[in-house]
Amino acid sequence: MFKGGFIQNLPKIYGLYTGGFLVFILMMAIAEQAGVTAKTIGILFVAFTVAIYALIGYLSRTVQVDAYYLAGRQVPTVFNGMATAADWMSGASFVALAGGVYFGGYSYMAFLVGWTGGYVLVSTLLAPYLRKFGCYTVPDFIGTRYGGNGVRFCAVLVLVLASFTYVTAQINATGTIAARALGIPFEAGVWVGLVSILLCSMLGGMRAVTWTQVAQYIVLIVAYLIPVFWISNKIGAGVFPHLMLGDEVSRITELESQFGLVKNSAADVKAAGVPGGLKSIAVAHAGVGAGGMAVWKYISLAICMMVGTASLPHILMRYFTTPSVKSARKSVAWSLFFIFLLYSSAPMLATLSKISLMDPNLPTGIIGKSIADVQSIEWVKQWSSQKQVFIADFNGDGILQLNEWFMRTGVVVLATPEVAGLPYVISGLVAAGGMAAAMSTADGLVLAISNALSHDVYYNMIDPKADVRKRLIVARVLLIVVGAAGAYIASMRITSILGAVAWAFDFAMSGLFFPLVLGVWWKRATREGAIAGMLSGLAAGTAYLIYVYPKFMGNPAWLGIDHLRFGLIGAPVCLVVMVVVSLLTKAPDAATQRMVDEVRVPSGKAILGRAH
Amino acid sequence: MSNKEKHWQKTKGHMILTLCLWAFFSMVIFLFGYEINGMSFLGYPLAYYMTAQGSLLAFVIIIFWFANKQEKIDEEFGFGEKED
Repeated sequence: MFKGGFIQNLPKIYGLYTGGFLVFILMMAIAEQAGVTAKTIGILFVAFTVAIYALIGYLSRTVQVDAYYLAGRQVPTVFNGMATAADWMSGASFVALAGGVYFGGYSYMAFLVGWTGGYVLVSTLLAPYLRKFGCYTVPDFIGTRYGGNGVRFCAVLVLVLASFTYVTAQINATGTIAARALGIPFEAGVWVGLVSILLCSMLGGMRAVTWTQVAQYIVLIVAYLIPVFWISNKIGAGVFPHLMLGDEVSRITELESQFGLVKNSAADVKAAGVPGGLKSIAVAHAGVGAGGMAVWKYISLAICMMVGTASLPHILMRYFTTPSVKSARKSVAWSLFFIFLLYSSAPMLATLSKISLMDPNLPTGIIGKSIADVQSIEWVKQWSSQKQVFIADFNGDGILQLNEWFMRTGVVVLATPEVAGLPYVISGLVAAGGMAAAMSTADGLVLAISNALSHDVYYNMIDPKADVRKRLIVARVLLIVVGAAGAYIASMRITSILGAVAWAFDFAMSGLFFPLVLGVWWKRATREGAIAGMLSGLAAGTAYLIYVYPKFMGNPAWLGIDHLRFGLIGAPVCLVVMVVVSLLTKAPDAATQRMVDEVRVPSGKAILGRAH
Repeated sequence: MSNKEKHWQKTKGHMILTLCLWAFFSMVIFLFGYEINGMSFLGYPLAYYMTAQGSLLAFVIIIFWFANKQEKIDEEFGFGEKED
């Protein structure tokens, strides 16, 4: 049935894979009916999907440099879009995004706009030009465009800082999910997660990561959309939730005013013994804050996430793998389409989850019921024992008020299927989806870091004469080292998932955005300018982060620029310094100028060859 | 002006137009978030709808449009890529 090469058969292969996965879900559903325990189903879901990814990783093994770094530059547009979407949507997106919308409301949803709007910048300013350049890594572009190892090394520095901040959060998420699904301690889960990640990437580098990411995207999108559509239909909210939840949103607003939105004081929360990280609903679901500061907070967060998106190396490098410049451009559009499918569902899931808990007319509603009754519900018992939900009877009336119900953000995704009374098979599916999301992003990040270290630091700076075999061995050793370092830090549990994720965007935008964009769009940009810009942007951003972050110096935020937005300090510093220093130094030579001219037209050969 | 320069002029213009659309859907409408939230679309408050779904969809459409138009510009000046 398979005529022609692997690439020609991709739609068939992944079609079969998707069909197989759906059959697997059905089999699990039948097994559940036949009396197989929830725990076994959870283990089967995670083990089966991870085994498939590992198999794909093994089949994609390679001994060629361009396959290892660029997947052979033959990833078709739509598939690259899926791989990028999986690369992009992290464990945090999957597990915590709907929860963030649930608790944070409108102002939190600036993340949704930021994490999608950034792709417009990627497609207009960067992706097609970097593809034409033909680089293996992002520092490869910086190092060749500006010339010299100094500037290359600065780019590696920013890349490592941004990606490493991000990767620990992802390994943390794989650890959490593996621990829950397999019933092992978190610390062990982190190492299980790491092994799964390395299985996907080690033998085949970018080629293996690409084909596992496509497989992971299919799992994660199925796992996200099935519960949303199922719950929506089950509670009669609408066949197509995205277009039909208007009534539910206004009903929530009505219920909010009925129950009252109360912000608990920190002292009360502490006195009641609420476990750390659990929150109660204190922000209106669909209301918008008035005033200039609310507007600025929203827009500044969106800007940071958008500009950060356009500077994150593990995303940019996905567009180096397409066959042509125009397919790189189209591929950005497909990436965003696939991301849109999940992101636009997150607020719908938050709405469905909230109405399920709040509406006294629904059988699942718990707010306004007696606390003794609520505590005897099966899922409440189970999630309370894991310290994921908590009830604090502040006013002592024995009735559950809106502000007395506490949940961890991840619970919105992980527990909503149970809350709405869906069979356990869906919860197992959601765990597999979360694992896919966290693994795919961790893979992309670990590969971005180790490729920069192996190609830019080792091959370009330390040993330019190294042969292919040696280069690929070094690349793989570094992959393991970087992954292990990430897992070690994750196992120490330093920061919560989303804080760290937003930081990665700010680091990347502080150091990389303008050197990348000006490298294409401003011929006058010089090496000295780029070095000065990267270092000063990074230094200014980091200094401000230390100045403002509560756990470091904890000073009051200047103009509302808090630790989630420190890129707004770093990036402008980077821009100004880079422009000033560039104008003060000698213009780039004629060869560099010609190179930039060449990058600007899609036709013709790439600047850097297939193997370099 | 050489062919290359003309191509780059037009590419730049297209980029700026695209970024104007982007700025409108990512920033300008949210300047008026409070004001437009009283209006309703598909039954959702408008600002809520835009941040939950509308702007996201707009970005998808903008990038597809951008890519198609840019391809036409490249072909117009003879810089289109043959292989596919």
